[in-house]
Amino acid sequence: MASMRDIKRRKESIQSTEQITKAMKLVSTVKLQKAKTRAEHSRPFFDMMYDTVRTMLAKSANINHRFLNAGNSPKKAIIVITSNRGLAGGYNSNVIKLITKGEIPKEDIVVYNIGRKGREAFTRNGIAIAKDYSEVIEHPIYSDAMHISETVLKAFTDNEIGEIYLAYTGFKNTVVHVPTLIKLLPVDRNMGKDSGLDTVLMNYEPDEEEALDVIIPKYVTSLIYGALIESAASENGARMQAMDNATSNADEMISDLALKYNRARQSSITQELTEIIAGASAIS
Amino acid sequence: MAGKLFQLKIISPDRIFYEGDVNMVEFTSSEGDIGVYADHIPLTTVLVPGIMAIHEENGIKKAAVHAGFAEILQDKVVVLAEIAEWPDEIDINRANEARIRAERRLGGISGEQHINLLRAELSLKRSLTRIKLLS
Repeated sequence: MASMRDIKRRKESIQSTEQITKAMKLVSTVKLQKAKTRAEHSRPFFDMMYDTVRTMLAKSANINHRFLNAGNSPKKAIIVITSNRGLAGGYNSNVIKLITKGEIPKEDIVVYNIGRKGREAFTRNGIAIAKDYSEVIEHPIYSDAMHISETVLKAFTDNEIGEIYLAYTGFKNTVVHVPTLIKLLPVDRNMGKDSGLDTVLMNYEPDEEEALDVIIPKYVTSLIYGALIESAASENGARMQAMDNATSNADEMISDLALKYNRARQSSITQELTEIIAGASAIS
Repeated sequence: MAGKLFQLKIISPDRIFYEGDVNMVEFTSSEGDIGVYADHIPLTTVLVPGIMAIHEENGIKKAAVHAGFAEILQDKVVVLAEIAEWPDEIDINRANEARIRAERRLGGISGEQHINLLRAELSLKRSLTRIKLLS
């Protein structure tokens, strides 16, 4: 049996780890609340944007627009959102798995990376990274999304890439986070079909094609922004869960060690007593 | 000026910027300034930086709206604005600085890239809108 001192040392070390995980849990709880409110506030914008684009596509099914057709290049750009920090359970690896274990062949992938964990993983796996915006994930603002979408759209119109995807972690609620891979461009023409939207005759100013020119980039931007915000919320949610688990595991280990410590203590007392009694009886 | 009211909603990425019943709303679209009353024909139009004047039943509210688009339906107008600000949220000094910076960049060498020129122009428009709204 391990000595009392060893057990005590181990218990103390676990206790101090527990304090850290507890603190981290509290911090991510607070951050989660903030990120969640932000996600909720940005949702109306996103929903409205989605509806508008859907209505437009439903009515202009025959338009031949560059954003509705895949480019010639076999390259596929993927905007990947991970976190800068670890200790968030499976949060990062789930997103990365979408890319490394996905259907798209590695050679065709060009990653526009957000988040240091993603960058590390892609460098390890030999996946090309075109641009890195890791600093934005800490506090995503709309102009970040504008900047990123501008860059990818430029690569798209220059025919450097043929399709654009977005990989992020969707925030369903505090405990459910879904790693998601969606196609941004070309926009799915069928998106507008069977939408059951009212068929008011809509006029466009400037004409439909020009309006699409302006609105599709905004649509892409809003999707990226939404993904950034949701990922930030999911990250904190995932970390909160992971740290909660870690804390309860530590609690379990501590109570286990406490029991062992007390047993060791008891047995050493018993041993001492036996020795004293044996010694005393030897003298008398 | 009693007229038929309609619902106006201005949504920006961070919040619902404005929501209420209004008489009329004026803003700048890519085709020029337009004013919208109730029962307008359905129209989707692209916004350029400009002042949005919201005519409520008792008074006019003004805001700076940069980029986005508006969906006008008969009884409802929804504006999706990428950036929207009330006058008290604008920092006049910053706007002035941005204006000077943009003007310098525009007046600078013409060898600059096209995209930078566009960006400077946009930022000039934005700062001018802000300044106009405050003055």
